[in-house]
Amino acid sequence: MPFWAWMLLFLGVPAGAVGVAAFEGSSGGFTLYNLRAATTGVYLQGFENTLELALITSVVPAICGAVLAYAVHTSPRAGFRRAIVTAAGVLANFGGVPLAFLFIASVGAETSLVTNWLNAIGLNLYGTGFTLYSFWGVALVYMYWQVPLMVLVVLPAFEALRPSWQEAASGLGARSWHYWRYVGIPVLMPSLLASTLLLFGWAMAAYATAQALTAGTLALTPLQIGSFLNGNVLAGQQNVGYALAFGLVVIVAVVMVGYALLQRRASRWLR
Amino acid sequence: MSATTSPLGLGFGAQAEPGAVPGARSPGTGTGRPRGLKRALAARGRVRFWRLAVLVVAGAYFLVPLWAGLRYSLAYDGAGWSLQAYSGLSGQQGFGTAVWLSVQLAVVATGVTLALMVPTVLYVHLKLPRVRRVMDFVTSLPIVIPPVVLIIGVLDVAPGWLKASPFLLALEYVVLAVPFAWRALDTGVRAIDARTLVDASRSLGAGPLTMLRRVLLPNLRAAVLSATVLTVALVLGEYTMASLDQFSTFPAWIVLFDQSNSHVSEAASLMSLVLTWVVLLLISMIGRPRRSGRRRLWRRAAGAGRVATTPVGTGLAGASGGAGGLGADPARAQKAYLWSSAVVAERRDNDLEGGRS
Repeated sequence: MPFWAWMLLFLGVPAGAVGVAAFEGSSGGFTLYNLRAATTGVYLQGFENTLELALITSVVPAICGAVLAYAVHTSPRAGFRRAIVTAAGVLANFGGVPLAFLFIASVGAETSLVTNWLNAIGLNLYGTGFTLYSFWGVALVYMYWQVPLMVLVVLPAFEALRPSWQEAASGLGARSWHYWRYVGIPVLMPSLLASTLLLFGWAMAAYATAQALTAGTLALTPLQIGSFLNGNVLAGQQNVGYALAFGLVVIVAVVMVGYALLQRRASRWLR
Repeated sequence: MSATTSPLGLGFGAQAEPGAVPGARSPGTGTGRPRGLKRALAARGRVRFWRLAVLVVAGAYFLVPLWAGLRYSLAYDGAGWSLQAYSGLSGQQGFGTAVWLSVQLAVVATGVTLALMVPTVLYVHLKLPRVRRVMDFVTSLPIVIPPVVLIIGVLDVAPGWLKASPFLLALEYVVLAVPFAWRALDTGVRAIDARTLVDASRSLGAGPLTMLRRVLLPNLRAAVLSATVLTVALVLGEYTMASLDQFSTFPAWIVLFDQSNSHVSEAASLMSLVLTWVVLLLISMIGRPRRSGRRRLWRRAAGAGRVATTPVGTGLAGASGGAGGLGADPARAQKAYLWSSAVVAERRDNDLEGGRS
C-alpha cells in the first residue's frame, strides 16, 4: 500500500539514518563515543532541563486543560463548543517566534503591559527574579499551546461520562464530590494520564518556541540538536548530534509506549 | 453531543433560581421533586458558576498576550496609534514570497495527505479491521520522532536534487500530519457505519468509485474537513523543519526579516496568527454545505450520527436497500439512510426540548 511506502521512505529511512549515525565515528566505524559524549557535561544538563521542563509543562497544563475541557464540554451551545475546538486547533499549532513576541509584549520587560498591571496591584514580577528568557519563562509560554492541546485530546474522553451515571449517583444520594471521587475521576483517569504523557512527549520535542525565546542560552536537548545541524560543533564530535537525537527518540518512545498502554485501558469506556 | 443536552436541560431551571422550591415549574407531573433531584439541580447551578469562572480565567490567559501584542504593534512611534507597522510589513523584502511558499506547501501537503489517508483509512476499516491496532501505532510514530530529529535524518539521507527543492518540506509535512489525519478520519469512519453503507450501495450496483464519491465521501465530509484543517494549521505554523532546512516559509521568514523595528516584528507575529485563522475559516466555509431545509437535516444526521445511527441505522439501511431496488440509485440508499437517522435525531431533540421548557 502507498501509505506504507510513504511512511518507510519519509519516516523510516531518515530515522534509521539517525540511529546508524549515532553509533558512527566521525571517520566511520562503530563507536560508543557519541553516546558517551551525549550523556555527559552540558548535554546531560540539556537532557535534565528538558525532562524537568516537560514534566512541569505537561502536568500543569493537563490539569488546567482538563478543567477547561470539562467546562467546554458541559456548555449547552454547540456553536460555542465548535468555536472553542477550532480555536484550540489553531492555538495548539501556534508557537515559535510569533508566540514569543506576544509574550515579550506582555511580560517581556519591566514596563510591559502585564508587568505594569501587576505593579499597579502591588506585585513586582521582576522583583522575584523572573525573566521571560529563563526556565520559568519558557514554561509559561509552553502552556499557551499545551493547554489547547490538552483540550483537544481530552475532550472526546468526556463523551464517555454518561449523564445517566451522574443521575444514578445522585439518585442513590451521592453528592457531586462523591460522584467525582468514585465515578468520574476513576473512569477518566486512564485518558487523563494518557493525555498528560502525550503533552510530555510534545514538550520534549518542542523546538521553535524555546529557540525563539532563549536563542540557545538555555540548555535544552532539541536546541542542542538544532545547533549541531547549524554547524556549531567541535572537531571530532560531528555525530554527537545524532546521538542526542537518538537519546531524545528513546525517551519519547518510552513515554509513548506508556501512552499506548493507557489508551488501551481508557478505550474500554468509550465503546 | 446529545449526551450533554440532557443534564443541561435540567440546568436551565436550576440556574434561574438555584435555591428555589421547584414545584410550580417542574416539568411532567407538576408535583414536588424528590430530594435527590433538588440537590442535583442546585449542583447544576454551581456547575454553571464554575464553568463561567473557568472560561473567564482561560479566556484571560489566552487573550491578554494577543491584546498586548496588538497594542504594541499599533504604538508605532510611541506616540498615539498608527497602522504604520502593518503597512511597513507588506513592503518588507520577501513577504509575498514567503506567504506564497507557505500556501503552496500547505496545498501540496494537504492534497497528498488526503489522497494517501482517505483510501488507507477506508481500506483498513473495510478490509483489514485487525490492522487497526497496528495503524494506531504506526501513525503515532511521527509524534515519537520529533521534527528536529526527523529533519536531521532527512538532510542526512536525501539526495541533493530533493534537498534543493522546498517541496521536500511538503513531503515531510505529510508525515507530520499523518497522526492528526488518521485520528480525524478514523473517528469519522467509525461514526458512519461504513460497512453497511458499502454493502447497501454495492447491492444497488455501485462501483468502487461511485461508492467513494457519492456515498462515502459525502458522509465523511466532517472528518475530511477536520483532517484538512489540522494539516493546514500544522503547515502554516511549522517552523522547526523549515528553518533547519533553510527555506523561508512564512514562520521562518518572520525570524529572518529585518528585525530593526520591534513594532513591525510584533505586527508580523499577529499577522501570522490572523493569516492561519482566515485560511482555516475559509476552508470550513467552503467545506460546509449551505444551511437550508432538508440539507441541514442530513448534515445534522451525519454530525450527530454516532448516537443516532449505530443501533437504528443498520435496520433502516437494510430497509432502504429494499426500497432502493425500485430506483437502483446508490445515492438514494444513502439519502434514505440519512433521512431516517435525521428523523430519529430530530425526534430525540424534541423530546429533550420538551423536558426543558
